[in-house]
Amino acid sequence: MAKEFIKGNYAVVKAAILAGAETYFGYPITPASEIAEGSAFYFPKTGRTFLQAESEVASINMLYGAGGAGVRTLTASSSPGISLMQEGISYSVGSEVPCLIVNVNRGGPGLGNIAPEQSDYNQSTKGGGHGSYHLIVLAPNSAQEMCDFTIKGFELADRYRTPVLLLTDAFIGQMMEPVEFPEPISKQDLPSKPWATLGNPQTKKSIINSIYLEPAEMEQHIIRLEKKMDEVKQKEVLFEEYLIEDAEIITVGYGIISRVLKNVVEDLRAKGIKVGLLRPQTLWPFPEKRLAQLAEKVNKFLVVEMSNGQMINDVKLATNCKPEIYFYNRMGGVVPTADEIIHKIENIMGGNNG
Amino acid sequence: MGKLLQKPKSFYNEFFRSPSPDKLSTHYCPGCGHGVIHKYVAEAMDDFGIADNTIWISPVGCSVFGYYYFDCGHQQVPHGRAPAVATGVKRSHPEAIVISYQGDGDLAAIGGNNIIQAANRGENITVIFVNNSIYGMTGGQMAPTTLVGQTTTTSPYGRNPANEGYPMRMAELIAQLEAPVYVERVALNNAQNRNKTRKAIRKALKIQIDKKGFSLVEILSQCPSGWKVSPVDSLKWMEENQMPYFPLGVFKDVVEQRNPLETKPRIWDKDTIIKMLDLDRQVKEYAKPNPTKDIYEQPKIKVAGFGGQGILMLGVLLSEAAMLNGKQVTWIPSYGPEMRGGTANCQVVIRNNKVGNPSVDKPTILIAMNQPSLDRFEKDVIPGGLIVINETLVTSGVTRDDVDVLAHPFSDIADKQLGTVKVQNSLILGALIKHTNMLDQQAIFDALPAHIKKIDLIPLNKKAIELGFSLG
Repeated sequence: MAKEFIKGNYAVVKAAILAGAETYFGYPITPASEIAEGSAFYFPKTGRTFLQAESEVASINMLYGAGGAGVRTLTASSSPGISLMQEGISYSVGSEVPCLIVNVNRGGPGLGNIAPEQSDYNQSTKGGGHGSYHLIVLAPNSAQEMCDFTIKGFELADRYRTPVLLLTDAFIGQMMEPVEFPEPISKQDLPSKPWATLGNPQTKKSIINSIYLEPAEMEQHIIRLEKKMDEVKQKEVLFEEYLIEDAEIITVGYGIISRVLKNVVEDLRAKGIKVGLLRPQTLWPFPEKRLAQLAEKVNKFLVVEMSNGQMINDVKLATNCKPEIYFYNRMGGVVPTADEIIHKIENIMGGNNG
Repeated sequence: MGKLLQKPKSFYNEFFRSPSPDKLSTHYCPGCGHGVIHKYVAEAMDDFGIADNTIWISPVGCSVFGYYYFDCGHQQVPHGRAPAVATGVKRSHPEAIVISYQGDGDLAAIGGNNIIQAANRGENITVIFVNNSIYGMTGGQMAPTTLVGQTTTTSPYGRNPANEGYPMRMAELIAQLEAPVYVERVALNNAQNRNKTRKAIRKALKIQIDKKGFSLVEILSQCPSGWKVSPVDSLKWMEENQMPYFPLGVFKDVVEQRNPLETKPRIWDKDTIIKMLDLDRQVKEYAKPNPTKDIYEQPKIKVAGFGGQGILMLGVLLSEAAMLNGKQVTWIPSYGPEMRGGTANCQVVIRNNKVGNPSVDKPTILIAMNQPSLDRFEKDVIPGGLIVINETLVTSGVTRDDVDVLAHPFSDIADKQLGTVKVQNSLILGALIKHTNMLDQQAIFDALPAHIKKIDLIPLNKKAIELGFSLG
């Protein structure tokens, strides 16, 4: 197919339909509304269901119903809306309901603003709702990855029977780029789901359920969920590296930050400073093994985030605080410029403490 | 006649899913109304032959363990959210029978909005609403349906309307909505009313089978444990306390007036999907551009002006053309403080390889559509770069002498020669392409249909681009 020049948010919509999503449930919120609007336009055209729910609380429960009924389903929202969904997300994990949730991260806490932030990192990667669990968290940095990770998100959700979170930001969502879409999936290529309630005699015994009254039984259930996520940790870590081999300092950033960092790496190398970039594409599972390896030979890391310092804790844990770990951040919707970060690195490499 | 003495098949004989060692008794208290209601629903499922296709939704409350008892598919769901979950299930499988079985705390308190919205959408589901005026599962706290003066663990001095308001009559409330088809309140106090309950449940399920839409049966049901009375006295308690406040009867029945709902089939044909998603465009080859300056090979462009000047579209058309011409490209609209005061800008980065930072701090090319844009961004343009000026609205000239300038009264020209100022952006685009030769001219024309949704405006924009060529 020909490439299309398209907004990241719209890429999610088309990719979802190509991936066989049959239902979209969502509540409008800036800067994620284009995903609802695009779905309202394209889902009915392909005989699929778009429904504007009465709230984010309702949206996530509609996803629970649809995902539990065996169809690929998604919603999109932005930070405050995702906070409202946390109960339903926890239930989806407990009942092992696959679904895709897109968070176009905006400024917070509270009403905040509609500009890009990465401040929902902790909520996304540490569970977010009640109970012991992790979500699979994908962090695209381009419109192409908004497409690719939407499709991947559905695959992972089905493979592990768990909700997948696509964590992006207002910048990536609003940016237009060329996207190459894949062919639509055939119905027969979708995974079969005998565990789901399909409303037929074959699945009459199916139960979507998260109650385990007996503590020992509940413990076994959690252990089983944990084992599943251990497998995710083994198999599904994704990251991208740029000029890391001879780097004297490694920058770590995801989403829009990684795009800025790429320019930082190029500009500083032109000046003779050997900078590399590690970009986690999955925030959970986090590329902790790779970071641990890199920490053996590189002793300076700079973590750049549009938050008060959330991913940096995972970098510290992964590297066991062995290297010097520096931090640069902007918040409230301010995207750091390449120049700011270059200045920071020049200071670090010049022997100043940042 | 033998049939009447049998347990319905849709109701399990042994409750194998219950963790209790006793697999023959329900978890309900002696005298509880749920057992009778369960029996009526199971009988109806048998008689309509729908158990194989039924998905039972159990939210939190005494009925949370519906899956112990009914031989059908089950979803156990968060407190109050049964109608939302039921919506998700039904929209996924319109042929399935979906039963939302809810208590009063669930339906009228925490899930109040969910039930009203599902009813208002006319979801083709059946809601069984068990009203026992108390929170049974959690040990007898006040419900939205707890009666005035009724003592509960959280209204120990009796429900006081001045503090807690009045009991909610949900059947009446939902019957006020346009979409629901059938809403009735029934009671379990005597044989006659139990028979009406049985009939109401059957009717509600039949409506769903016939795809007529939303129905709700509110059942006044006894909770001896919560009411602190004996099972025998609970029926009297219901008659003396619940029934005077919650009148029985049909509050809405428009079954005969409604046509069956239609559902459209999903489309799985690949070619149709590609076409419906507007992904069926043909790939075309374009001439390799030969820019007038090296810096135009991979330029960073900022377009700035007032909102309404077609600034975002100018950037989008340029980007689309760059993509068609085999380039990597990003486009971002202005953000934050830059958006205030009616100004708008967008930033375009064109590269041969993958674009890193999509933000443009130091543009190769600045297109200043008005005076504030020039004042603000002139200093950022790289030495040797280009500033395109709309002289109609920019009165001061460029102060720098290390940049190229392409200046015309674009707004005036568009207005006088093309009949509308609206195509000033296409005019500028034409001039820019001609001046820099950064892209194949044909790619610009081919970029129009993907982004100009009003097809009849395309010829005029083409004309504007052509006129622009003569200004570059």
